[in-house]
Amino acid sequence: MLQSALSRREFVKDTGVLIVGFSLMSLVAPGCVPRGTSAAAKTLDPGEVDAYLSIDAHGAVTVYSGKVDLGTGIRTAMTQIAAEELDVPVARVDVIEGDTALTPDQGPSYGSLSVQNGGMQLRQAAATARAALITEAAKQLDALPGDFEVENGIVRSRTSGKSVTYGELVGGRSFALKVDKDAPLKAPASYSIVGRSVARLDIPAKVFGQFIYMQDFRVPGIVHGRVVRPTGMGATLQSVDERSVQEIPGMIKVVREGNFLGVVAETEWGAITAAQKLTATWSNWDGLPEQSKLWEYVRSTKVVKDDVTSNVGAVDQALASAKTKLSATYDFAIHTHGSIGPSCAVVEIKEGSVTCWSASQATHNLRQQLAEMLSLPVEEVRAIYVEGAGCYGRNGHEDAAADAALLARAVGRPVRVQWMRADEHGWDPKGPPTLIDVQAGLDANRAVVAWSSQFFIPQGAAGKVKLLAADLASLPAHEPLSPGGILNDTAIPYAFPNVRTVAHRLVETPFRPSWIRSPGRLQNTFANEAFLDELIVAVGADPIAFRIQYLNDPRGAEVLNRLTQLARWDTHPTRAKRDTGAVVTGRGVSYVKYELYRTYVGMVATVQVNRTTGAIRATHFAVVHDCGQIINPDGVRNQIEGNVVQTVSRVLKEEVTFNRSRVTSVDWVTYPILTFPEIPDVDIALIDRPTEKPWGAGEPTAAVVPAAIANAVFDAIGVRLRSVPFTPAKVKEAMARAGGRRRV
Amino acid sequence: MATTMKLTVNGQVATVIVDDPNMPLLYALRDTLGLRGPRFGCGLSQCGACTVHLGGQAIRSCVTPMSAVGTTPVVTLEGLGTPAKPHPLQQAFIDEQAVQCGYCINGMIMEAAAFLAQNKSPTEDQIKDALAGNLCRCGTHLRIVRAIKRAAAATNA
Repeated sequence: MLQSALSRREFVKDTGVLIVGFSLMSLVAPGCVPRGTSAAAKTLDPGEVDAYLSIDAHGAVTVYSGKVDLGTGIRTAMTQIAAEELDVPVARVDVIEGDTALTPDQGPSYGSLSVQNGGMQLRQAAATARAALITEAAKQLDALPGDFEVENGIVRSRTSGKSVTYGELVGGRSFALKVDKDAPLKAPASYSIVGRSVARLDIPAKVFGQFIYMQDFRVPGIVHGRVVRPTGMGATLQSVDERSVQEIPGMIKVVREGNFLGVVAETEWGAITAAQKLTATWSNWDGLPEQSKLWEYVRSTKVVKDDVTSNVGAVDQALASAKTKLSATYDFAIHTHGSIGPSCAVVEIKEGSVTCWSASQATHNLRQQLAEMLSLPVEEVRAIYVEGAGCYGRNGHEDAAADAALLARAVGRPVRVQWMRADEHGWDPKGPPTLIDVQAGLDANRAVVAWSSQFFIPQGAAGKVKLLAADLASLPAHEPLSPGGILNDTAIPYAFPNVRTVAHRLVETPFRPSWIRSPGRLQNTFANEAFLDELIVAVGADPIAFRIQYLNDPRGAEVLNRLTQLARWDTHPTRAKRDTGAVVTGRGVSYVKYELYRTYVGMVATVQVNRTTGAIRATHFAVVHDCGQIINPDGVRNQIEGNVVQTVSRVLKEEVTFNRSRVTSVDWVTYPILTFPEIPDVDIALIDRPTEKPWGAGEPTAAVVPAAIANAVFDAIGVRLRSVPFTPAKVKEAMARAGGRRRV
Repeated sequence: MATTMKLTVNGQVATVIVDDPNMPLLYALRDTLGLRGPRFGCGLSQCGACTVHLGGQAIRSCVTPMSAVGTTPVVTLEGLGTPAKPHPLQQAFIDEQAVQCGYCINGMIMEAAAFLAQNKSPTEDQIKDALAGNLCRCGTHLRIVRAIKRAAAATNA
């Protein structure tokens, strides 16, 4: 099946791989019907080995990965997995990522699932291929398969010493094999590539200015587009004065479709200048809630359904009969993704076929969305991943692609669109506001008898986020709200006798929602672990011992015990050693079993709080991390460090601001993030379990940071922070409230 | 009206035709000369991704108009070192694996190179202060600081 958008020649040219008719199966399984002698397109069927792998005549391996590297090192990890299972050197493996004509749809690269799901699909495909190659070698060399070992892509008979290479066995031909879920995997004890800190393959090119990011990508004849967004998010375009930009050198066109407005020019600076100078009149629109009343707005938003995510025992009765009741409300601000490089895409439309180069984390989804928006059959759209600046979720890349598609359609030339900083901060989809109520009850013996929580969060799941251009231009787009898997970690890992956790799903949220690193898990774990600390103080327990007591999970307990050592935790009731100076230090614990089934993280945060200014400095984090089998230890450490630093930034500083019409935090001054002088130190202990499944490491550490900081602040100054971000103003406000209560 | 300007970039003189003398240097480097080291991040001199050396000083090319460049030599990441002859910072960033997405890394290396040229044995706090105007979103800061310390040590060795 040749993709209709591609001629065979283009296919060969673009990929360097031509799959011709002789299949391995025709060699290894006599009687099997060859696939014919005509050129066959690359299969995308995730059940086929060929979907993931090809080997050329020289033995070079190409991996086709639907999971893409968003700056996390996944390309290196995938290379390690394939090289290990095939017994070839890392240098002989190349990876093609996220090309809808070449790579299987393995789902978006999100949710810390790239290694866990995509990597394991690849491993099984490689194991299937390896077994088939050995079987074929045995046949050719007239020996039993068990007689063979593989090294550097050479299959050699132990007894005769005769050998044959992968390239000779399959070079340039397809495997034509179903992925065998029972194909034998190499024993982890024999690994020499997986489990090692193989250096990231992309770093040299990146430090010498040779790497081609999406933002660098060009095709012949390319022109530059920029978008002009409404002055109010729901405003209507009333008029455009094209004469306002006609003098700009190289100006090609002002493009208007409904409320979608853009400019195209021969040069990038020309397009930027035109977008700045274009005179347009928009209607007034002030449909956003007042920011100062955001949480009242969220609480009063219509609930379309309740999702009960756990229900054990009889919570209402247990709460009613509890000796001591505690309750608290937590909120977590709206966040922007804030990639350092704004979203960018190139779209070329030739003879009705669309090619889109994008840093999208989900090119297969993007392909469908572009086809829908342009009213084209999906076969006429090819989306190709090109790595961009760090991507932490569904940011603006897909929207930039849609912008480029509308502009390319209008001018009949390939168009590159890069968003300006204000486009990125102002118009990327946002991490939605999260409001959480929690109650708990203690009995007369200070045992926890009830835990009840209610989450006020938008409806929807991790689907496709509606394309901004489609929305503005009133083109076909049918996506419902897609805030991500924000129900995760609403339920808790602790075995209290009565537990009920329920999410009130809201009909709407102020901004187009999407997922940003650890969506929902971050906000929900903040409330869960911060409120748990309130219980721990109420019962006078040790934060680590208390967690272990209620976990019923040996692996989780091991993480926490290791944390005791790593953090040199001196078992003491919280607030035992209060400092009374202006700058006081505190430590706080937090823990997560991500989504209650995978990666474990335990953390101790150390903070310094200035009681005069209210400023918090997070100075140190101790992190114990168990993600099962580790593919690349340094890669995991890099992710853990990044999760800590990024989430400290989110927790201490970040909040999208807005007026009734639009976002007002549109640059790095109005939306500040953590800077070098503010970064913490991070100590990490990895628990490697080579015989266990590899789980994700791209997100889970983020989830424990907010509560670890909040709990450390309480340890320092005896004040609960329940509203992210923990700005100096909020700290002082909380101190004033606590002081007031103490006086009463 | 288009004017012709001569730029000295990475030791070579390049002729650039400019429609608008207010166009920032960044666009000449990237779009006209095809360099990929300096990157567009904000266009506001707030993040540092576009940093290049102008007369040895680290400057933000996204807000430096072409008219202000004149004949002062420009050095970009490509001119700092090559795979065959890496600058100590480039080698240190590889050795410390001090990259996640790497989009900001141009700015980190160029800022640090100008800083180390003036301060050969900085403390960790001085390094952090020197990079206070360079933003990284992936949270690679710890590795970046380690890499700069390593480069300083290697240079002094």
